[in-house]
Amino acid sequence: MSDHSSLMPRRREMHPEPYWTDYKTSLTRSPNLPLLSMESTVSEETGPRFGHNLLGSLDNNLILNYSQGKELAIGERIRVHGCVLDETGRGVPHTLVEIWQANAGGRYRHVKDTYFAPLDPNFGGCGRTITDENGFYEFMTIRPGAYPWPNRANDWRPMHIHFSIFGHAFGQRLISQMYFQGDPLIDLCPIAATVRDRSQLDALVAPLDIQQSRGMDYLAYKFDIVLRGRRQTMFENKPEGM
Amino acid sequence: MVQKLTQWTETASQTAGPYVHIGCIPTFAGIEGVYPEDLGLSPISIAAKGQVITITGSLFDGTGWAIRDAMIESWQADGAGLYAGQVGADPNVSGFCRFAADKDTGEFILKTIKPGPVKNRDGKMMAPHISLWIVARGINIGLSTRVYFDDEDNSADPLLVRIEQGPRVDSLIAKKTAAWQYRFDIRLQGQGETVFLDL
Ligand SMILES: [Fe+3]
Repeated sequence: MSDHSSLMPRRREMHPEPYWTDYKTSLTRSPNLPLLSMESTVSEETGPRFGHNLLGSLDNNLILNYSQGKELAIGERIRVHGCVLDETGRGVPHTLVEIWQANAGGRYRHVKDTYFAPLDPNFGGCGRTITDENGFYEFMTIRPGAYPWPNRANDWRPMHIHFSIFGHAFGQRLISQMYFQGDPLIDLCPIAATVRDRSQLDALVAPLDIQQSRGMDYLAYKFDIVLRGRRQTMFENKPEGM
Repeated sequence: MVQKLTQWTETASQTAGPYVHIGCIPTFAGIEGVYPEDLGLSPISIAAKGQVITITGSLFDGTGWAIRDAMIESWQADGAGLYAGQVGADPNVSGFCRFAADKDTGEFILKTIKPGPVKNRDGKMMAPHISLWIVARGINIGLSTRVYFDDEDNSADPLLVRIEQGPRVDSLIAKKTAAWQYRFDIRLQGQGETVFLDL
């Protein structure tokens, strides 16, 4: 299988509905017309690669990276870890994973976030890492708070961490969100509800991983991420130019 | 019964939300000091071979409002049509850029070099283009599109020829406004809607 074989087509029915009545902003930001579908080209099969030398030693530790190791962020200490795979089940090595989240009170460090939960002086809310040779990654962070948002009059986001993943091809690019096992707000959230397939929504919910937790220190949550795969073939059936 | 297909399903997308800049371009979002600089500030370094160009545009929602909270990523070939990582590619072209609209004007600017025509796996040439990926609050799965150029021969591009409605091709073509400057507006919905891609 070469690095330039075509990507498996995206199964759009396994993704959110772009136009979703209960998520008001989507109504003016979703295309009316169908997407133009065709086989991936070199432009989607290649993609940016980032080396481990990009990373600072605290980049994947959101408890410490905003104060640069001087103070601890407030909140329940958690470790989030998992594997980035592709649709063939293979780990995706050496790929950049970025996360962002609200603080323990449910407030983002952002000029547009006016929720009156306090800012934590020692929490920025961003982190990044690169998967190892087997596709594994880990972050240390605090559990983000749930927060209200302007949509319907009483909508709340469940606790969540935003994930951005590159893969090895621009066509694999993905942004998603990780939810937490047992959060009753998941089933009330219009953004979570955009994912119509229940097993696909379940796959966004990280289970508590007590075995990987550490006594007197942190709870662990496991979140595996699957990116688009490549078709595994050596055959190019068409002569050049056809 | 049959053997089970051992096939995984791609993780479902979720909207990048209003605070995507915190995660992807934190310095731009006002979170300084976590990383030395934001990722993807420029797709080229000074010594990149090729013509430097500037593409300016806005991203309009279905009401015609230029949205201010999106993040756009671009991916392109070098001046000779090779992508970073391909044999012989220009080491001064990373090909990757992240940018956002100005919070007051709603305009984004991409400064890069004009990519060359790209040879696809099947040997067919694609006209010079830059791939874009757009995420924002209200966009539940990232939108892909391409920027082509009105001063190039786009007539045989294998993607553009697939667009049934001739006038819609226009939505993928940047218009020259001055020497080496182009305008490329993106319309998410409605009149003049941009052609979005599923590749
Ligand atoms: Fe959020």
